[in-house]
Amino acid sequence: MAENMNESIFRLLPEIFLTVTLVAAIVADLLLKKQNRHVAWVVLSGLALTAVLVWRQAGWNVSIFSDMLAVDPFAVFFKMLLLAAGVFIVLFSMKCRELGHNSMRIGEYYMLVTGMIFGMFLMVGATNLLLMYLAFELTSICAYVLAGFTRSLRKSAEASMKYIVFGAVSSGFLIYGISLLTGITGAVDIYGVRDVMQSGVGQPAALYVALTMIIAGFSYKITVMPFHFWAPDVYHGAPVTITTFLATASKIAGFAMMIRFFRVSFMDTNGMIQITSSVTESMQLAGQDMAVMEGGSGLIPWNAILALLAALTMLGANLMALWQENIKRLLAYSSVAHAGFILMGLALLTEEGISAMLIYLAIYLFMNMGAFFVVMLVTNSLGTEQISDYKGLGHRSPLIGVSMAIFLVALAGFPPTAGFIAKVYIFGATISAGWIWLVGVAGLSTVISLFYYIRVIRNMFLVEPPEYAEPLDVDRESIIILFLLLMPVLVWGVYFTPIITWAKDAVTMFGV
Amino acid sequence: MEFQILGIGILTWIVFLPILGMLIVLIVPDEKRDAIRWTAAAATGLQLLLSILLIALFDRSALGINDAASFQFIEQLSWIVVEAVPWVGRIEITYFLGIDGLSVLMVLLTALISFIGVVSSWKIEKMVKGYFALYLLLVTGMMGVFVALDFFLFFIFWEVMLLPMYFLIGIWGGPRREYAAIKFFIYTFFGGVLMLLVMLALYFSVSYTDPATGEQIHTFNLLHMMNSANFVEGSILYGLDTTWRYVAWIALFVSFAIKVPLFPFHTWLPDAHVEAPTPISVILAGVLLKLGTYGMLRVMYPILPDGTHYFMYLMAALGMISIIYGALCAMAQQDFKKLIAYSSISHMGIVMLGMASLTNQGTVGAVLQMFNHGTITAMLFLIVGVLYDRTHKRGLYDFGGIANQMPKYTGIAMIAMFAALGLPGLSGFVSELFSFLGAFDAFRWITIISVTGIILTAAYILWTVQRVFLGELSDEHKGLTDLTNRELLMFIPLAVIVIFLGIYPGPAIELMNASLSHLVEFVNGGVR
Repeated sequence: MAENMNESIFRLLPEIFLTVTLVAAIVADLLLKKQNRHVAWVVLSGLALTAVLVWRQAGWNVSIFSDMLAVDPFAVFFKMLLLAAGVFIVLFSMKCRELGHNSMRIGEYYMLVTGMIFGMFLMVGATNLLLMYLAFELTSICAYVLAGFTRSLRKSAEASMKYIVFGAVSSGFLIYGISLLTGITGAVDIYGVRDVMQSGVGQPAALYVALTMIIAGFSYKITVMPFHFWAPDVYHGAPVTITTFLATASKIAGFAMMIRFFRVSFMDTNGMIQITSSVTESMQLAGQDMAVMEGGSGLIPWNAILALLAALTMLGANLMALWQENIKRLLAYSSVAHAGFILMGLALLTEEGISAMLIYLAIYLFMNMGAFFVVMLVTNSLGTEQISDYKGLGHRSPLIGVSMAIFLVALAGFPPTAGFIAKVYIFGATISAGWIWLVGVAGLSTVISLFYYIRVIRNMFLVEPPEYAEPLDVDRESIIILFLLLMPVLVWGVYFTPIITWAKDAVTMFGV
Repeated sequence: MEFQILGIGILTWIVFLPILGMLIVLIVPDEKRDAIRWTAAAATGLQLLLSILLIALFDRSALGINDAASFQFIEQLSWIVVEAVPWVGRIEITYFLGIDGLSVLMVLLTALISFIGVVSSWKIEKMVKGYFALYLLLVTGMMGVFVALDFFLFFIFWEVMLLPMYFLIGIWGGPRREYAAIKFFIYTFFGGVLMLLVMLALYFSVSYTDPATGEQIHTFNLLHMMNSANFVEGSILYGLDTTWRYVAWIALFVSFAIKVPLFPFHTWLPDAHVEAPTPISVILAGVLLKLGTYGMLRVMYPILPDGTHYFMYLMAALGMISIIYGALCAMAQQDFKKLIAYSSISHMGIVMLGMASLTNQGTVGAVLQMFNHGTITAMLFLIVGVLYDRTHKRGLYDFGGIANQMPKYTGIAMIAMFAALGLPGLSGFVSELFSFLGAFDAFRWITIISVTGIILTAAYILWTVQRVFLGELSDEHKGLTDLTNRELLMFIPLAVIVIFLGIYPGPAIELMNASLSHLVEFVNGGVR
């Protein structure tokens, strides 16, 4: 057991190092006092070193601390995405003028960001039901504070309050669902749940309630309708950097946890049968498993619930986005809509669907961050978030205008940007699994989404700038950050082999 | 047939020369407007020269269509390859270019119209750099569609055209440019999404056996999709005459019909044409509309021949409605440009009717009509543009007696007008005749009704001639100057082609006859 413990600790190094970074951030905040904005550098270097440690985990496929956490390609993929998001958020924060309202407490801000990344690291790896809940809460609590960070601003305080209320309710859903599930199955981790599912469950009604509750809990985190209500308000009110973080990293971690939970416990895929049947002795066994599990999923059509939620989210959020006047709210609805597109992948019950989700999430991270970064740059210099104030932006600063246009058409799914590849793969997986009506809804939603993305582009380029408008200046560091975000969006659009290969390898989860 | 320059195939040069030009344009400083213009002219000019070279080297007897071996100037490189994993086979997307008799004239048309478009853009002074950068990007998109043989590549080129077009209409257009631009964009984007869905359904339905390894590979290769043996049993588009195949056909048809534009998907066109600046109208009418009918012939006909047969009367009927309806609308117009826009709908209806007949004659007529309509309508839009540049008016009742004031201009205009009317001896006549002849074999009554459209066309063209060129010259137009040398440079090549193909259409028909008769045979045989 002791050796096992040692090994587990060794496998946990990235998380441990993140904790060290967190402590270092607190200490640095105390030491630096007035200079505390330099805490960002501490956090940045901590994240970079963590990335190295995560990189070394490539190819591992183990479970540690007696099935508390999995360290597998799936988790590593998401940890890399989260770190990328974290690094960009810290960079954004260093450039963000809005945070200046609270420069005294900026050290704490970076500490909380690190804490949130730590929580999300646990979310993507957690296999124990209780740890899943704890990781979920850890992330949420950090997020509540961050959302209200510029509390001197009324809207920020309001955002934080709304976030807490909604978050508390959905946490309640999740913990209720988890406790029901544990009660029914007697299992504490997702592998135990799977084993019980395979031999059949006696209380379908309770299981039904449990799954609905759990889906509701997850839906809040990934902003799927009808659990999205907090998102536009919180995204609008929170500091723009935190909005970006919530719209990308937090959502990605939520998806990761959700995928793992359903994939391991409830999904009877062909892939699973194939893996087992490659071992000839267990052919018989596999056949048996399949029969029982088909019975199980026939009982509870949880994937049909997900498909309906996805369809509702895509259509609803895209329609609501049409009437937004504030760019942050518009992007909030857009990110809700994207959650709908991504969720399609899980409803398909195929490995293809999951790999398409991973591809989408990775690409979504960059294009959405890019769009929010431009919003932040504009807010920094113009102090406005109204879409009507974007008039003539393309003439005032061609660089910002063109970048924003690229990010928006990528979000709309235009070739040759990476957003198109994301859509191709998720649509393709859906068609391949035979869900034609779902992909029809997705196609229609894509067309609807064009209206509001193009409205921003129209304001930037087709409308003349107001008389008093002066050219916008962007400092060199911001331009570099902008290019770092543009690159994957454009390069993956024409050469997407790496991202596809990477995502396909990352579908491997421990225990399936 | 292969032809390389510096180790890179000629088709790649033709497609990507404008992109090269675009990059240079982006580097050149804003103030050097002439340098920007000359760069654009050089890029499209070189492209035109290469296209002429392409025609000269083109082997007229090669079939193409579904036979990879007889395509010419083929370039095939693997682009995206993802190795197989247990739950999904190898993924393959190729950079696959090639031309046959169907596309060769379209390549020439695109290069020619693009070059003329640059010449006619010379006087644009608003944001010259942005204009030419977008223009060149647009040209690459159009050219790419005509030479791509991989559906994925085809689709990317197809969609790449949208954004530049949106900006070109939306920034440099007329007073209602925003409305026109967004309407164009939404319509074509909707078509694009439909095409994307069909493309993916085809991708999952088709797989071919790699001759080397025996592996089953899903592919976007259009030629593999045309082979019905490659459809995987049990996949969504497997079999013939299934509901899903019809659904896929309708989706593809709508996505292409929007571009043509066929009644009832045509409403974006008059708006886009009226608001677009002259060179963009020329590109729209000259090339963009042909992409729709080309896409049908290249993708929809050979891949879904059963649907094509099943719905041929629908296509013919929509063609007929477009012919009559377009002509009637044109008669009612008071705006010169809008009149030509509606005449485009009418003329593209003839293409549709000829194609729908699935006869050799009809199809040859249709493709020739695509080329002829490209040249003739481009001239017509340039003619409006000349008048608009000088007077900033384009109402049909604003003019009169221009013939005396601008004789050269009137001469050119008459060639274009009468060619559009279908006067024997000019190119429009030949292709319309062939289209109607072919259609008459297949559907008698539809064709008889459609031919009345010719009378309507004669009516609105002659009426226009009368209102604009004949009659009294008003005092305010006494100062109008005749065509400049730059303007003559745009008109003369087009006029020469119109007259030449009117008298001797043989060379053009020879270029495409082998491929098109093979296409018709293949589509008709594919169902049996």
